[in-house]
Amino acid sequence: MQKIPILKIGPNLIVSLQFDIDDKTAINLQGELLREIARTGARGVLIELSALDMVDSFMGRMLSDISIMSMSMNAETVVVGMQPSVAITLVELGLTLKGIHTALNVEAGIDLLKTLQRGGKAIEKDNAE
Amino acid sequence: MRKTTLNKIAFADENELLAVRQIVKKAAQSIGFGIVDQTRLVTAVSEISRNAFEYAGKGVMLLEQVEDKMETGLRVVITDQGPGIADIELAMTDGYTSGRGMGKGLSGAKRLADEFSIQSNADEGTEIAIIKWLS
Repeated sequence: MQKIPILKIGPNLIVSLQFDIDDKTAINLQGELLREIARTGARGVLIELSALDMVDSFMGRMLSDISIMSMSMNAETVVVGMQPSVAITLVELGLTLKGIHTALNVEAGIDLLKTLQRGGKAIEKDNAE
Repeated sequence: MRKTTLNKIAFADENELLAVRQIVKKAAQSIGFGIVDQTRLVTAVSEISRNAFEYAGKGVMLLEQVEDKMETGLRVVITDQGPGIADIELAMTDGYTSGRGMGKGLSGAKRLADEFSIQSNADEGTEIAIIKWLS
């Protein structure tokens, strides 16, 4: 198991997954993130996963759970940087990542968190409705 | 179909599941799969090996290069000595899970692979084989 650093910048917690992580590391990260939200009162979580080779159903479940759990602690979650091949595979696998906000990169993700924290809606959500 | 064994590895913890994925990824890269097919294959292997780990506690992954007429591909066979799958049809249903996943594992893995076969007997274990062809 490896420890993934969680950085706090302004009201947000930022996590960058720099390598393919095992299940225990993922579960541990989930717990650590929730503890950090509680400890710091963070309003947003940004998860950057551009270095991930794949997101399988376990990882998808974990991202979904983080999003739902952090929402119940008044923090929004945005996942950024997913590789095109990973996105294609996710869809073919049948995962929809419902409830997860996404953005192309860290910068767009931070902007999206700002909007969400102001009580705004994500643009792609508006389009989907 | 001609088969050449590339690797055989047992897995019994999360770290070894990771090693299984990395071995398959490297092999897929070296025989020339594109990035999307590499990702499809590794993701399918991840689903199947995790399934074995979750229900049987451990398993074995056999990786083979396969040749059939003009085609080359990779075949991955994952076996476990777990409780077996009582109702394969049910286990292959989208959204069905008796574990902690999203119920997309086996059905999703089948969609990601070009060929998929499953054999399971109660109290003997499960063997799942997939093939991805270079296209």
